[in-house]
Order: sequence, then structure tokens, then C-alpha cells
Amino acid sequence: MAEPFTPSPLFQRVERARRRKPHVRDTHITLAHGSGGRAMHDLVEGLFLEYLKSPLQEQLEDQAVFEIVRQDYEGYSDSPLRLAFTTDSYVVDPIFFPGGDIGRLAVCGTVNDLAMGGARPLYLSAGFILEEGFPVEDLRRVLTSMRDAADEAGVHVVTGDTKVVQRGGADKIFINTSGVGVVGSGVLISSTRAEVGDKIILSGTAGDHGTTIMIARGELELETEIESDTAPLNSLVREMLEAAGRAGGASDIHCLRDPTRGGVATTLNEIALGSEVCIEILEDRVPVREEVKGACEILGLDPLYVANEGKLLAVVSPGVADAVVARMRENPYGRDACVIGEVRAEPQGIVAMRTGFGGTRIVDMLVGEQLPRIC
Amino acid sequence: MRFIDEYRRGDVAQKLAEQIARLTARPLKIMEVCGGHTHAIFKYGIEDLLPEQITMIHGPGCPVCVIPLGRVDDSISIALRPGVIFTTFGDMMRVPGSRTNLLDAKAVGADVRMVYSPLDALKIAKNNPGREVVFLALGFETTAPSTAMTVLQAARDGVKNFSVFCNHITIVPALKAMLDSPDLQLDGFIGPGHVSTVIGTRPYEFVAREYGKPVAVSGFEPLDVLQSVYMVVRQATEGRAEVENQYGRCVSRDGNRKALEAIFEVFEPREYFEWRGLGSIAHSGMRLKSKYAAFDAELKFEVPGLRVADPKACQCGEILKGVKKPWECKVFGTACTPETPIGSCMVSSEGACAAYYNYGRLSKIVERSA
Repeated sequence: MAEPFTPSPLFQRVERARRRKPHVRDTHITLAHGSGGRAMHDLVEGLFLEYLKSPLQEQLEDQAVFEIVRQDYEGYSDSPLRLAFTTDSYVVDPIFFPGGDIGRLAVCGTVNDLAMGGARPLYLSAGFILEEGFPVEDLRRVLTSMRDAADEAGVHVVTGDTKVVQRGGADKIFINTSGVGVVGSGVLISSTRAEVGDKIILSGTAGDHGTTIMIARGELELETEIESDTAPLNSLVREMLEAAGRAGGASDIHCLRDPTRGGVATTLNEIALGSEVCIEILEDRVPVREEVKGACEILGLDPLYVANEGKLLAVVSPGVADAVVARMRENPYGRDACVIGEVRAEPQGIVAMRTGFGGTRIVDMLVGEQLPRIC
Repeated sequence: MRFIDEYRRGDVAQKLAEQIARLTARPLKIMEVCGGHTHAIFKYGIEDLLPEQITMIHGPGCPVCVIPLGRVDDSISIALRPGVIFTTFGDMMRVPGSRTNLLDAKAVGADVRMVYSPLDALKIAKNNPGREVVFLALGFETTAPSTAMTVLQAARDGVKNFSVFCNHITIVPALKAMLDSPDLQLDGFIGPGHVSTVIGTRPYEFVAREYGKPVAVSGFEPLDVLQSVYMVVRQATEGRAEVENQYGRCVSRDGNRKALEAIFEVFEPREYFEWRGLGSIAHSGMRLKSKYAAFDAELKFEVPGLRVADPKACQCGEILKGVKKPWECKVFGTACTPETPIGSCMVSSEGACAAYYNYGRLSKIVERSA
């Protein structure tokens, strides 16, 4: 690849500001706190962790992975079982959109958060908050998609809860799902494990979901055929781990993340900061659908910052990258998988991009985006 | 993608950059007036391609960046009135007033909505006859026609609950003020493309004629900008000063007559309008003519209308004039960041400070000039 990046004298100054201890200065919650960008990080790290701190929580992965040792009364213990546990709430507006709906999203999102820990998802819970007046017919549609998505992912919804609030107390329907899964031995996935020389793999086109939602809101009166990519990625992850296992070891898959809110750019920044490395991506390599490119041009968005619900980013050892990509391409959800960049040593904690135009620029975390509810 | 990809070709860019380098060894300072160009320059890393002798100065053409604190406070005060639906473009939401911003006003109960066009605001007004809908209009001649057309539409449809808080500004008086500024040292201008689709290239001819500075009106794709730099450099080296039109696919010499007619029908110049960092500039702002007073939010609602001085620490003015580089400002990257902007140049992605903060950390140009 081209010459290494040289940080400008600005670098230190901005880096100091960037790495300032997260701190919530705001007096009230604004929509920016939910956008997946910097404000949300500040809220989570500067406020939630202050009160709800645990060693597992502090890693800030999409799921907590922990070991459970079964012990019987004679003091005999089995080998420990590694579990992954996660939760997510879904408030997308509109609730039905091309390529999916809030039900499919609620199942796939939680399945994917488990899968990104390398876990095999098993059981989900589903909590519903319904607004007075919500049509039962719509609820039936949502539940049908939840059932179909659960069948596809091979998980069971085993427990649930329902609350109804007064008209205006919620917007139509909010869903929370939690999930548990088991993590195989040899799997060691964390956003702190990216190493110099690792390859960055993106499983497909960037920005489909967020663009679909923006257009589905109907404010722009654009007619397109873009569909949300909402999909369960657990089979893809399983196959990636198998392929890596054969080519080297399952632990050669170092990081896995699904770039949801904040998009590919924000997720890569989390990995770069978590692992204290520089991630370099090549603009020309990032696959983006023509329709998404066009819509983003009109909306003034950068597809790198637009949400995905059926894509993953993987950071893998160079030795297994080709095998992993080849295997991914056989899966319907990884058909467009490709290497979009690699991990470098310096400058630490940043994502840098070589533009197709021949320049370079930093791809920072999203700051206070105003996008409507997308998941 | 057609009409996009051909303007972003890296191989063509390389050749163009080499040609620019061959033209001159003399150091030249060129200002891109428009924030859209600033954004393109950083997004595509254009400065990395330019030879060392060419320095880009990022001008005042970001309408969000030059809106003064007092006008933001006025907007918030209108937005907080009971019964008001306050509408604006997305990038205005986070612009700081003297104490708070519109996003915060929304969080404490104001009904602030993001729209893509003033016509959307008019539609909201029609759908909410019991509410007062106010559109925060801002921008240069680029956006003024759409505001004007919306007011005309509202008048035709007899909509009573719609008004405009007008902050439209015009580019030419601002350019003149900059050219008259004694601390300014520029060798040429990249002229704004979108503004010129409306006003044409003729209004810039005084820059060449009276001030002897070359101008190239430019499109917004990276190759457009690079080609415009080439045109300005060529003029400078050949000792010419003219207005050249790089953006011929959208811009004519006389502009868009229909759009100009709408502007002249609805707006008239204000005696003075304050620009953040640059101070008051004569005839640089527009307001609604008395004929359309019924749609003027400044008349419909009592706005505080206070003039609020720019924060002392902030050096937006010097930065907008290109006298200082963003990182020479004391608060840049310390107290002033995109999350908690003090100066407006840090808010919008078109602002010079935000561009340097977000993209400039690896830039060779910073290293060169620091």
C-alpha cells in the first residue's frame, strides 16, 4: 500500500479533545444522544457506566460474554459453559418499510448482537410496549415477521411481556428483545483484538437500511427500489468461524461488529480506539449500491455513516482473510463480502481513508446526527 | 454513477495537479468563497494533490457559519412560543445561540422540525391550521428563490398561519467587504457555483475589473474544484484578471431569470445585516417587502432582536477572512469541538474549523503551513 500517514501538528490537539473523558454536560436528553455517535458514547460511558458498572459492561461490546460453571452438590464441576447475553430496543419509524419491519428488525438485531460475539444464538425474550389504538392487524403482521425471522435464524422466542400505554405515551409499538447464546471454545472475539496487518472485511453493501428508512418516511417523495438489508447473520458468522478454523484457527477472527447506527465509519472508529490501532480503508473498495449512492448524494449523507441491519465488519488475521471472504461469498448474506482495508500501527485510534480521488482523510465518529429513528 | 463518477476520477486529478504545478512556482493564495467547496476540498483530500506553492483560503460562504448569535436567540425565542411549529434545515439545529441551540429547545418542549424545503414547511402549515408555522430561512441566493416561491405560493393559497424568519444574505456585498479589508492578501477566487446558477457570473465581474483578481466560478465535484484552481492559477501567471466559468453545465452569465424575479418580487435589501465574525455589512441581508408583511415572522412575533457580541475567545472572523488558520485559534480543539462548538465555523461540515478538525489531522497542507 501507499506511504504511511503522517499526522499533522493538529493531530495531537484534536486527539486530546477526542479522547477526553466522556462527560455528560447536557441538562436534558436530545435526539443526538440516540444517534449512535459521539453524544451517545458520552451518555453511555459518562453516565450509565457511572451507575451501572460491571467488569463485563465496561468492555462495551454488543453483548456480554461470560462463563458459567455448573457445580453439583458433591462438588463435582463440569467444564465451564461460555454464554453470550444481550438486549436491544426497537423504535423504528415507520414500523413497516421495504425489506422488513420492526418485528424482523427486533429478532435480527438481537440475533446479530449475539452472533457478533461469536455466539450461537438460542433463546430470545420479547417485550412489547403498545400504544392505545394500535391496530391488531398491524400487530399480527409484526408477529408474523418475528416468527419468520426467528425460524430463519433458528432461535426461539421463549418469554415475553406486554404493556399498553395511553395514546401518545408511545409511538404505535416499541419492542425490546433480549437473547442468550453459547460461545464455542477457541472463539475469542473482541474489539480490542485488532492487530497490525489484520484485514478489514465488510460483508456487503453499506448504507442500505438507513437510506431505506429515510426514503420510507416519505418526506422526500423519492421513488427507489432500495430495500433494507435487515437479516440474521448468525449462519454467516458460523461459516466464517469454520472457514477461519480450517485455514488457521477460529481465534484468527479478531473482531466482529455489525455496523448499525453510525454506520461503518463509527464501528471502525470503535475498533480503532478499542485496539489502539490505525484502520486504513480504501474508498474505492467499500461496496455501495448505485441507488444508495444516488439517494445519499441527494440527502447529503455519506453512506459510510448510514445504518446497516444485515451487514458485519470483521477484522481477521491476514492468513485467513482470503478463506473467510471466499466462504462468506457463498452465503446469501455475504455475497458482496470483500476486504476494504487493513490495520496499521500509527496513528493510533483513528480511521483513515484513501479517497478514490487520490487524497487522504480521516473518517471520524459521527457527531450529533439528526436522523430519524432507524431501528 | 453517471454525472458523478466522471468528476471524481483520480487519474485525471493527478494530471491536472501536475499541470497546476508546472504553471507556476510563485506562491499563490486562492480563496474558495463557498462552504460547499470547502467541504469538497476536505472530503476528497484535494489539498494533498495541490503543489506546495498553492494555498487555499476558506472563505465566508457557509450561511450557517455566518449567522450571528442574536439571530439564533431570536429563532429560539420564536420556537419556544406556545402553538408555534418551528421549521428549519437540519444543519441549523445545532448552531449555538448565546445560551442554547434549537435542538435543546426541542428537547425542552419546543416543536422544532427539520425540513428539506420551505414548501414542506408550508405543507405543515396547511395540515395544522390551528398552529403558527414558522420557517427559518437562511442562505445565499441559492436558497432565497425557494423561500420566495414558497411565500408567493402561501399568498396565492391564502395561508394565514405561515411565516418566514428571514436571514437570507447576498454574496456580492460580502465579497466587496472582504476585498476592501486591509488585512486581506489574496491572488484569486474560486467563485460559488450554486449561487451563480441563480445570479450568473456577471455580478463578479467587478472583482476582476476593479480589484484585478482572477475568478473562476466552480462546480462542486472534486475535479471541478481542481480545474477551477488551474484556471485561476493560469490567469494569475498570465497576468489576466477575468471571470471564467468552469461550471458551464449549470451556470450562465446572466443567471436564472425566473429565480431572480421571484427574489426581487418578495425580498428587498436590508440597510445592514450582521455577519458572524465579519460584523455589519451594508445591503448584505434580505427582508420581506411590506407587501408580504403578513408572512414576516419578525413582524408577526415579537423577537428580542438583541445584538449579541461574538464570544471573545472565538476567532471566527479572522478565520472567515482567511487571516488566521483554524488551528491558530486558541479554543480550536480545546474548548471548541464539533460536539460543543463555540464558534459557528465548528458547527457545519462546511465550516473551515469543523473541516480541519474532522479531516485535517493528516493533511500535508497543515504541516506545511504550521
